[in-house]
Amino acid sequence: MIYTEKVMEHFANPQNVGELPDANGIGEVGNAKCGDIMKIYLKIEDGVIVDVRFKTFGCGAAIATSSVSTELIKGKRIEDALSLSNKTVVDALGGLPSAKLHCSVLAEQAVKAAVADYYKRQGIDPELFVGKCDDSEHHCCGEGENCG
Amino acid sequence: MEKSSKAVYLDNAATTRISDTVFEGVLPYLKERYGNPSSVYSLGQESARAIEKSRERLASALNCTPGEIYFTGGGSESNNWAIRSCGASHIITSEFEHHAVLHVCENLEKHTGVKTTYLPVYANGIIKIEDLEKALHENPSTGLVTIMFANNEIGTIQPIAEIGRLISDWNKKNRKCRFHTDAVQAVGNVPIDVQAMNIDMLSLSGHKFHGMKGAGALYVRKGVKLPPFILGGAQERGSRAGTENVAGIVALGIAVEEAVGNLEEKNALLLKKRERIYNEVMKIERTRLNGDLEKRLSNNLNFSFEGIEGEALLLNLDLMGIAASSGSACTSGSLDPSHVLLALGLPHEIAHGSLRISMSRYTTDDEITHLLEVLPPIVAKLRAMSPVWENINV
Repeated sequence: MIYTEKVMEHFANPQNVGELPDANGIGEVGNAKCGDIMKIYLKIEDGVIVDVRFKTFGCGAAIATSSVSTELIKGKRIEDALSLSNKTVVDALGGLPSAKLHCSVLAEQAVKAAVADYYKRQGIDPELFVGKCDDSEHHCCGEGENCG
Repeated sequence: MEKSSKAVYLDNAATTRISDTVFEGVLPYLKERYGNPSSVYSLGQESARAIEKSRERLASALNCTPGEIYFTGGGSESNNWAIRSCGASHIITSEFEHHAVLHVCENLEKHTGVKTTYLPVYANGIIKIEDLEKALHENPSTGLVTIMFANNEIGTIQPIAEIGRLISDWNKKNRKCRFHTDAVQAVGNVPIDVQAMNIDMLSLSGHKFHGMKGAGALYVRKGVKLPPFILGGAQERGSRAGTENVAGIVALGIAVEEAVGNLEEKNALLLKKRERIYNEVMKIERTRLNGDLEKRLSNNLNFSFEGIEGEALLLNLDLMGIAASSGSACTSGSLDPSHVLLALGLPHEIAHGSLRISMSRYTTDDEITHLLEVLPPIVAKLRAMSPVWENINV
């Protein structure tokens, strides 16, 4: 299993790490039992993600996908953040080992969960925009995948 | 973070560097002494003699006769051979054996009628003799007990002499149970006497004690019937066919002699180094040592740091030039964290955050200083970005 330079770059110098005290959308996905949890903090103003932070418990790929995802959505409109796919995350990192692809899925889910939380706080049903978002569901290790 | 130019190797349970003496001793067999040991001419006989010299060295290290040593391709092959070929219909082993033992037992269970009992190992990482005694009484037809000498992840040393005595007594009542031990992590690290310890079969591997990869051995006590594992030529008295890995076998002989020769002195030095690492690392809050501290290989430490994941820890250490190992799922290449740590009763999330440090006689105080300088800030950095730590540390 070999990580790309881009993955190692994000792992060694992760961007947007930490908490956001005035976040108005927070999403957490994953499960410590499986070895990875991602938490994304969003500050949204007028439909734009003006600031973003993350905290991640997990392997190198989990940290790198979190980091690159925050870069990809920072300054973007909510709709753009919602259309962030795991493939975009993988491409931005120049690829991921197949055993680590689930980390990119987790990153996509974390962004969606944070947006859903934002809508909830605004009194809007997030399902209308984000689709079904079941917090309690364990993402743990999709079929044939390794658990990070 | 800039990549460090230092090279600190603390993964000697994975493999070790070849010793200088081994390197020098092996060179002729990679160059001019290339003869096939089965050939009758001088060039071949020179290789054959080198193999017999290694056999004598190994026999002397284990306190057996050269005729009881069979060279193999390594520890996994030795384990496979001993367990598959011994003909036991019931096997007793432990939950935290190496996969080269566990997967063989599981495979035999699945494809043949063999039944296996897995002894628990408890939080200290050591099996209980009472459990073995009970398992034997419940399964009087047990044909093989296979218990590792020392665990590869946590370094805990099993009560091998007691197990040997128990089985030896058990066999006095007209029973025929064999005792095999996977001693891959133990040879060259703890004194071994196969006669005093009543061991029937023992697996070992050269690259774990500064020999070469691809050469190991199986000790089989005289009188123990073990059919051949690989059929073909007459090598290893017809028990293990295939042209011998002469260089690897020469390396094994030199390496074992060196390792056993200064064992006490080496262990005394390693214990001092281990104590230093242990005392410093345990100062990091919410850190635990996995496995017993005393009944443990002098070169091994295995910690869990709450709130962080092992692969991220290893990659950060690597950026600082340190090679170590972890039992996290990411590094084991499976869905679950290490079966060894889970067998100790560790929760998954704690097992994910483990770090194994394994030294050798080449480990220097400077290397340890570097580890102790960089490890606490790395743990702190990963915890600062961990949502799990945030919940623990309230």
